Amino acid sequence: MSQTLCTRTLGTRDVYGDVLVRLGQQNPNIVVLDADLSCSTRTEKFAKAFPDRFFNLGIAEQDMISTAAGLAAFGKIPFVSTFAVFATGRAWDQIRQSICYSMQNVKIVATHAGITVGEDSATHQANEDIALMRSLPNMNIIVPADGIETEKALEYLVHDKNPVYVRLSRCKFPVILDSDYVFQKGKAVLLEEGSEATIIAIGIMVSRALRACEMLKKEGLSTRLLNMSTVKPIDQQAIVAAAEETGCIVTAEEHSVIGGLGSAVAEIISERCPVPLKRIGLNDCFGISGDAEKLLTYYGLTAEAIAQAVKDVVARKRKRN
Amino acid sequence: MPPLPESKILELKETARQLRIEVLRMLTRAGSGHTGGSLSIIEILVALYMVKLRHDPKNPRWPDRDRFVLSKGHGAPALYAILARLGYFDPAELMNLRRLGGMLQGHPFNLSTPGVEISTGSLGQGLSVANGMALAAKLDKSAVRVYVLMGDGETQEGQIWEAAMTAAHYKLDNLCGIIDANKLQIDGSLSEIMNIEPIARKWEAFGWQVFEVDGHDFQALLAAFDQCEQVKGKPSLIVAHTVKGKGVSFMEGKVQYHGVAPTEAELEKALIELTC
Repeated sequence: MSQTLCTRTLGTRDVYGDVLVRLGQQNPNIVVLDADLSCSTRTEKFAKAFPDRFFNLGIAEQDMISTAAGLAAFGKIPFVSTFAVFATGRAWDQIRQSICYSMQNVKIVATHAGITVGEDSATHQANEDIALMRSLPNMNIIVPADGIETEKALEYLVHDKNPVYVRLSRCKFPVILDSDYVFQKGKAVLLEEGSEATIIAIGIMVSRALRACEMLKKEGLSTRLLNMSTVKPIDQQAIVAAAEETGCIVTAEEHSVIGGLGSAVAEIISERCPVPLKRIGLNDCFGISGDAEKLLTYYGLTAEAIAQAVKDVVARKRKRN
Repeated sequence: MPPLPESKILELKETARQLRIEVLRMLTRAGSGHTGGSLSIIEILVALYMVKLRHDPKNPRWPDRDRFVLSKGHGAPALYAILARLGYFDPAELMNLRRLGGMLQGHPFNLSTPGVEISTGSLGQGLSVANGMALAAKLDKSAVRVYVLMGDGETQEGQIWEAAMTAAHYKLDNLCGIIDANKLQIDGSLSEIMNIEPIARKWEAFGWQVFEVDGHDFQALLAAFDQCEQVKGKPSLIVAHTVKGKGVSFMEGKVQYHGVAPTEAELEKALIELTC
């Protein structure tokens, strides 16, 4: 079996670096902050293009987040970048008070989320970031499924005044969306229609879920696929419809099964339409060093594992009926 | 600015006396809150809001206003008292401090209270926020100045020192930090709990221009604010030496009034002192 349906790949952080320069040309109010990782987060391109509007805060993420809040309070549109683990973990209280509680228009665009950070190991792999951000009132969370969605989401977010956390990655993602894709915050993106089960996926797991759908189709199982790129505010309607119409759900995320997409879906269906559910993700563990692709396989974040999970929930559904 | 005439200073002193009474009344009514650290910052706030700041209570979002950030958010009662006095909101709100449905939250909340620039309470964040405002003002080539009031205990937070580096690195001479140096924190004196001295030398070493004044002396405070405006190429800091619980003899210098509201009996006793 081929590793990907598509041959073209794009780094979501690479797209971010390029889009930021373009947005910076269009909007003089955009400022960018980084904490000594501008080479890795790709904000260095903006720094080169607009040195006056780029602020390197050094290795001081808490200061960076609150400084961004101050810039926003003065009417600027700050994009703040560092690795996901530092942005959300190190500076959580700053995000909570200076940004979310104060309702400041700050875009936290973090890179190097999830285990695909790879060799740098558990200290640098954020598998809890969505959980941390999801618990904050007023926070929006966007997890693009590919480079196209990264670009479209960022273009959208410039005009949105809510605090937002955008989760990007170190590794390249297969391109799965068309270039005319329109990003809509809070709307699940239907990628495959299906009647017997639903896969709800985010980030790099969306392309893997697409492959799982192909595999299941060959076995005669009609599976719906939703790209839930807006994790908050989540599209409750699409989730409840999936539960009602397909009767079972698998979630797939490169994140802990605690507090992330799987938890969000479980919370909604358990209250509104309980159906068999299987959450694919990191099972309450820290990651380890290794090649990103091998780590995804090691932790069962594969198309095969998603397909197997779909078969499991379909069996549970049939047993219930 | 030349020194203010004595009549003006007397007027400021009278305002400070009245605000102390307001603060004690609202805290007693609320039944909880931070008395000591509200009373220690009264003169600083009066000097800023009644003399120094360019602001318009009728237009709290006026883009060219000077910014003030109360980083030590627990001093909220004092801030609320002066904001109400100046007309940012109905003074009747003061008696609803900390009460369900009131606009005045236990710590400053920008979305509910006109005049509050940003929410504070979790210590250590306000200087960074002020830096962001000062950076934005510089980008806009604006004459806006940014003032931020920190507690001395608050400087135990690591983020303060991150922000101290940032302000100096970006040469934020449109920023003026003030430390309410009342020398006490909840668990005891700073020297016992976590010594911050030599505080002036620390800030100087971080690249700031430092002034030390009596934080209850209007002429000294105003002279220091004027001096800060003359500093170019670096941020300035005023270490305002204050007395926790200032103005009420039995509260002055007492740790136990850090986070406790006066009882009705204590209020009565305090009002006698403040009205004589």
